[in-house]
Amino acid sequence: MILIRGGRIIDPASGRDSVADILIDEDRIAQIGDRLRAGDAQVVDATGSIVSPGFIDLHCHLREPGQELSETIETGTAAAAAGGFTAVCCMPNTQPVNDNASVTRSIVERAANCRVRVWPIGAASMGSKGDGLAEIAAMKDAGIVAVSDDGRPVATARLMRQVMEYANALGLPVIDHCEDGSLAAGGAMREGPTSIRLGLPGIPGASESICVGRDVEVAKLSGGRLHIAHLSTRASLEHVREAKNNGLDVTCEVTPHHFTLIDEDVVYDSNYKMNPPLASDDDRDALLEGLADGTVDAIATDHAPHHAASKDVEFEKAPFGITGFETALALGLAELVHSNRISLMRFVGLFTTGPARILKMERKIAEGQPADLTLFSLEHRWTFQVKDSASKSRNSPFDGREFHGAPMATVVGGRVVWQRNVARAARQ
Amino acid sequence: MLTELANQGPAHIQVPQRLRHLLEVAPLTTEQISFILDQAKPFQEFQRHPLKKLATLRGKTIALAFFEPSTRTRISFATAAARLGADTMNLQAESSSLKKGESLMDTVWTLEAMRPDAIVIRHAASGAAHFVAQRVDIPVLNAGDGTHEHPTQALLDALTIRDRKGRLEDLNVTIIGDILHSRVARSNIHLLSKFGARFTLCGPPMWVPADLETLAPRVVRMSRIEQALEGADVVMSLRVQTERLHEPPFSADDYVRLYQLTPERLKKAKPDAAVLHPGPIIRGLEIDSTVADGPQSCILEQVSNGLAVRMTLLFQLVSGLGPDAPHPASGTVQ
Repeated sequence: MILIRGGRIIDPASGRDSVADILIDEDRIAQIGDRLRAGDAQVVDATGSIVSPGFIDLHCHLREPGQELSETIETGTAAAAAGGFTAVCCMPNTQPVNDNASVTRSIVERAANCRVRVWPIGAASMGSKGDGLAEIAAMKDAGIVAVSDDGRPVATARLMRQVMEYANALGLPVIDHCEDGSLAAGGAMREGPTSIRLGLPGIPGASESICVGRDVEVAKLSGGRLHIAHLSTRASLEHVREAKNNGLDVTCEVTPHHFTLIDEDVVYDSNYKMNPPLASDDDRDALLEGLADGTVDAIATDHAPHHAASKDVEFEKAPFGITGFETALALGLAELVHSNRISLMRFVGLFTTGPARILKMERKIAEGQPADLTLFSLEHRWTFQVKDSASKSRNSPFDGREFHGAPMATVVGGRVVWQRNVARAARQ
Repeated sequence: MLTELANQGPAHIQVPQRLRHLLEVAPLTTEQISFILDQAKPFQEFQRHPLKKLATLRGKTIALAFFEPSTRTRISFATAAARLGADTMNLQAESSSLKKGESLMDTVWTLEAMRPDAIVIRHAASGAAHFVAQRVDIPVLNAGDGTHEHPTQALLDALTIRDRKGRLEDLNVTIIGDILHSRVARSNIHLLSKFGARFTLCGPPMWVPADLETLAPRVVRMSRIEQALEGADVVMSLRVQTERLHEPPFSADDYVRLYQLTPERLKKAKPDAAVLHPGPIIRGLEIDSTVADGPQSCILEQVSNGLAVRMTLLFQLVSGLGPDAPHPASGTVQ
């Protein structure tokens, strides 16, 4: 038994925002109320903290199997726990690609003893090559929660139509990494004044929105559930907004780095290289509006670890991607909550009910619900030191950034899987 | 700031702060640029001296790390170093260990372990000089990084223009060619804009994107070369990188028809307009032979000024002497 004492419960599903104790029995929430008796329960003092439903990350790369030099399921989930996440959806672009049930099963088995829940995403096409459909039904039985060819878009409109129809019949959403390869080819950052000044080959913003537009049209044609991964431009967001207005089941996620940084922040440091690339100031404004008005459904990290030797090279040569688990919440607080752009309730929703709805799951704090909880502080001051990261990789542009607000503890299935060592942090 | 400044002592009126590296033109001040050009003057004279060897950098070693094929820039740096009395270590793309898969960082650390006093780097990746400068303890001179900058080229162009026009201020400069992929164009735009230049860019539209106009104030694009040349004080013709004609496929005949610098077209510029080209030139493609060899052409002056500018920079960055030290060539020129 665990007693979470004195926290401010924020539960978007019920709209609850009040201080109360939560008693956990085994892996479920047993009781919620004022001054609950601890008895022999382990007490977690949540005074001054927010207690929210467990955060879900819809988009990450755990690199296992095949790229364990960069991350393993164990180290990735340790970093996720330290970021306040209780469940993470890992993309299928491993080696081998998660396009069949045996790879899915191996991921699920490897994750069983890890700190947070791992919900694999299966490939849409065999090897994510864009030819034949992957074994989606078998993977679903093995535990996938969505399909995607992430790292690249579903290759053609025709294949997208087939995948959407098929996945819909199986009750799965299709997550698409939207990018027109012919426009993006060879690019290293967003095309614009900064790419011109730095002499880096540019990727035009239209490379993304063209593909979002295609996907929305295909969603109209096929029905089914379309989720746009790491949406980064105003034009893409307009497509999603229009699709929603037309009643289509189209959703999207935005990453913390895209609502925090812009192309003008790029320097010759490959920790500023990701795909989609950091977009323009105007695009960032659009994302902030979308996060506030509900067009954006979820915040997802796109945690993409790369080991130092692969990333510590010339900018153009470096692979795309940055780590994101441990900074997501604090970046969100800084850019969205402390700046008064969105309410705390909406903010929590972007990490909990938002992603849950996309996966057709429930996420709420109520008696009988699974005890997956995220505790975080709005006040705690800390500095992100990438050298102390639980991830195996160090590729973050936020090294040394000072934050105001932090994850404090992560509870998964009734177990405290991570807790911030405040005493140690205070000494440093 | 990417170009670090060392010796931040009390400011001297005439002498700007010493540079630690030369990575790009963009952050340099007009004072720093003018100082470099002034310091290059005695070295210009020195090139005509019968005995072209100083002892200024005797015992110093300059690593020439050319990861991208280069003839003129490499020879220019090697000669500049030799005339200052320095030794050089050569790394050339064709024979380099990069072919064997060694990373840029490891190659540079290997060079550094042989204790050179500066590294001159040419590399196909934009930002390569910055990358190296962040990881070594010796001065780094950028001899061209990808499509980013080629600062010594811009400085030698500025010296050439100043000699020809008598000034650097308020010039009308027209650049013709593949500007998107040109580090020479970028460095020149940064440098001359600091002195108030108005730039007109002209070339195949896919190589002259609108965002180039954001590089500096007073940069505009024009599609017709005759219009672009109107009233120019300086005309810069860029080499057509024939390897780029393939992306997208583009006809060399069309290039000649639309953008070749011909004597007729040059008449649109001011009568005394200076014609520059960073070389190597492809006669009959981007520039007509009559123009390349004509009285307005500065192409060979650019080459010899390259020596003077590179001697200046090597002396400034490697000698360890302050900027107000006596000029090393001052005693040699009559």
